[in-house]
Amino acid sequence: MVIEHIDAQLPGAITDRHDFRGDQTIVVAKTNFLAVVELLHREGFQLLVDITAVDWPERPETQGVGRFDVVYHWLNLANQERLRLKVPMADGETMPTLTATFKTANWFEREIFDLFGIRFEGHPDMRRLVTWDDFPGHPLRKDFPLDGGDAFCMEGCTAPYNNGERGGE
Amino acid sequence: MAELDINDAVVTTRLDAVVNWGRKNSLWPLPFGTACCAIEFMSMAASKYDLARFGAEAMRFSPRQSDMMLILGTITNKMAPVLRTIYAQMAEPKWVVSVGVCASSGGIYRTYATLQGVDRVIPVDVYVPGCPPRPESILFGIMKLQEKIEKESLSMRKEHIARFYESLERQETIQAEQGLTGQQAIRNMLAGAAERGAGTIF
Repeated sequence: MVIEHIDAQLPGAITDRHDFRGDQTIVVAKTNFLAVVELLHREGFQLLVDITAVDWPERPETQGVGRFDVVYHWLNLANQERLRLKVPMADGETMPTLTATFKTANWFEREIFDLFGIRFEGHPDMRRLVTWDDFPGHPLRKDFPLDGGDAFCMEGCTAPYNNGERGGE
Repeated sequence: MAELDINDAVVTTRLDAVVNWGRKNSLWPLPFGTACCAIEFMSMAASKYDLARFGAEAMRFSPRQSDMMLILGTITNKMAPVLRTIYAQMAEPKWVVSVGVCASSGGIYRTYATLQGVDRVIPVDVYVPGCPPRPESILFGIMKLQEKIEKESLSMRKEHIARFYESLERQETIQAEQGLTGQQAIRNMLAGAAERGAGTIF
């Protein structure tokens, strides 16, 4: 199993792990992230199935843990093994891009930037993917009002979501 | 030689009445299908419900060749400028039927992504309720539109459409002057309309 290999070759890199009915999840700090990804790629995890993120607004912004989890899903095509990898990070931090190793990461990372406002360092084209370029705010953050502050739906648009931020660099 | 009775040879009528009679019986639909309402529309256009009975069976997917826009489904905010452009490109005189609750009011999608009714950005003539409406309902909507065309004044229809062109020019000016996308320009115009207590931007 790949988790044992990570433990053997990068001791201490996995800060948390759980296994639910064969769904293996590991949590890795951002500092060890690229080393772990390189190891996974060597081990045959060559299909990056998905990248997504989760917003935990109540989680304290202490060292190494912040409001966001960036979640990666891999599939090993040789032995059909799957692995979920979570990287906790704080608001305003950037993640390293995986576009050099996995072409598919390009649009996944753009989507996360669009919907969560997490930037990926080294990404060749860090623009919004689904909303328009000057969309105010990032809609999958928990403090974004569901109606987006639409002038015709006045309820629920009290959250501070728009400080003139625009997409793109 | 028999004398010609003018009453047998000539019918007198108003220009509006005869032109509108022609217009209402030769509508050219543009199906703007974005969701499940378009499936009901296909049924309505096909043999069982048969839109051809109303002289509107020739679907045209080019706005230049059509004069009745059928909005069949959810319109997102991102689609709003596209909808406005396509409406502007249609042949005059033109009419709009908003089919289903999503097009008419946003429906269940009360979210940042969905336009809360297409009548905020383009003029709508007939609303068809339903989620999705049955083919009979859409046909009834088109019959209602025919009734409306029959009664309307030619010059008022022209002015009605001209008001929309003015708003499109305003949108283009805002986009150029403030460097905004069409979507954001429309959102700003809608916010301004809401402050004035108006429900539309045209």
